[in-house]
Amino acid sequence: MSANAVALSYLVASVFFILALKGLSSPLSARRGNLFGMLGMSLAVVTTLTQTPNFGMIIAGIAVGGVIGTVIARRVQMTAMPELVAFMHSLVGLAAVFIAISAVNNPEAFHLEAPLPTGNKLELFLGSFIGAMTWSGSVIAFMKLSGRMSGAPITFPGQHLVNLLMFIVMIGCGLWFFLDPQINWLAFGLMLGLAFVLGFLIIIPIGGADMPVVISMLNSYSGWAAAGIGFSLHNTMLIIAGSLVGSSGAILSYIMCKAMNRPFLSVILGGFGAESGAAAAGDGTQKTHRSGSSDDAAFMLSNADSVIIVPGYGLAVARAQHAVKEMAHKLTEKGVNVRYAIHPVAGRMPGHMNVLLAEAEVPYDQVFEMEDINSEFGNTDVVLVLGANDVVNPLAHEKGSPIYGMPILDVSKARTVLVNKRSMASGYAGLDNPLFYMDKTMMVFGDAKKVIEDIVKALE
Amino acid sequence: MIVDPTISFLTVFVLAIFVGYQVVWNVTPALHTPLMSVTNAISGIILVGAMLAAGPLETDWGAWLGGAAVALASINVFGGFLVTQRMLEMFKKKEKKGAV
Repeated sequence: MSANAVALSYLVASVFFILALKGLSSPLSARRGNLFGMLGMSLAVVTTLTQTPNFGMIIAGIAVGGVIGTVIARRVQMTAMPELVAFMHSLVGLAAVFIAISAVNNPEAFHLEAPLPTGNKLELFLGSFIGAMTWSGSVIAFMKLSGRMSGAPITFPGQHLVNLLMFIVMIGCGLWFFLDPQINWLAFGLMLGLAFVLGFLIIIPIGGADMPVVISMLNSYSGWAAAGIGFSLHNTMLIIAGSLVGSSGAILSYIMCKAMNRPFLSVILGGFGAESGAAAAGDGTQKTHRSGSSDDAAFMLSNADSVIIVPGYGLAVARAQHAVKEMAHKLTEKGVNVRYAIHPVAGRMPGHMNVLLAEAEVPYDQVFEMEDINSEFGNTDVVLVLGANDVVNPLAHEKGSPIYGMPILDVSKARTVLVNKRSMASGYAGLDNPLFYMDKTMMVFGDAKKVIEDIVKALE
Repeated sequence: MIVDPTISFLTVFVLAIFVGYQVVWNVTPALHTPLMSVTNAISGIILVGAMLAAGPLETDWGAWLGGAAVALASINVFGGFLVTQRMLEMFKKKEKKGAV
């Protein structure tokens, strides 16, 4: 294939990728969109294969990766999607670093001049340091999400200063590599090493509930890494696909920050909750809450005309989605109108709750986004909150509270509120939740799955 | 007068970001998780770069590194598209008859 034919073929593949993303505007067109994506990828790979004589190694690599990827995709639990996504971001980062090293070693393989021209060095530097940070950052995110490492923020004094200094030194090494007329492996290696450590340090201070932002941000990084490598290899395919992914991740980060009413920078700098501890303990009076059994909850639910279920991270942890669906089914049989309300940051990644409910075969037209259902709470009999806390905290409406201004689900407007939690412990923001002490609220303590199963039994 | 290729790449880059921006804002929030997994697969496009690295017939250590990158990127491509497919098949509008 001539260079022009290759470029045209890449253009077609790029259009397929755009159609893949466009398909996701509705669940009806999404599957076709995904097929477009596969088509685009196949076209890009076959086109590239005409340019690379070393078939054996490439096919072997694709086969090994393909088998591993297929097995993972088949076996992964839907509750484990956040970990899987973080894991895959790390792979893109590491691949970008490998490609960059390989390009410095042998630019001719990529049809670049040898030794590497200065312009390419700059782009290679950008691609590889973003790749390295994506890799180590995603590894930490993966460990936090999969529970291999505590989700609590890890902070130490002078953290930001250390990060800043390392960043400056890393850029310095990049400049050294960039300006040196020779290929300076020492500068390149130092720069990569610092980028690895920096990716690690940037993610450790960020706590569990901020993960939706982190994972979106790393999604964005993985795209920019691919685009950066595309610049250095003069490859439009990588630039276009990388930019699509980069902007997608950036938009998701923005939406997640907006849903928590927190500036992006403060999420990234991490350590939320430290400054709000005093506010929680403030008023000192002993507040009382009402608690009840699963049987009481079942009684209230079956006597209601309308019920809205608010799932949170607790539902994912307890893997209670199937039990919830069964309960909803029982209630619907009794003539109760059951709906679901989803807060944008419920769970550990964007859209996490929607996927879990879909897995349990909850029809998606019963599942509502926050803006669409918030006005409905006022004429709802019973709201059942499952393992959610900050996203239903009415303090968000009170000036001066640390979460003031965060958009919440207005569950306190419903006639009765049932809250399932494991204990009275405060949520991620470290705040007490006045909702739990309201007269209309009944707490049902216990593991979400166990409680729901008991409710199902009681409904029979 | 010939434009420096870097400028052309920059043009492509900026326009692609705008296209991505427009398209992604239209994605329904319910499908944000499949969006992330499909972008995982699309960022597996780095496979193309990895193939070029592994491409030369005289395989030095750099080409082997390229081969490793091919395998890593393939995990993303296959895993990303297949898991997206699996998830999207779960999004159904009406209940099937006889489903519990």
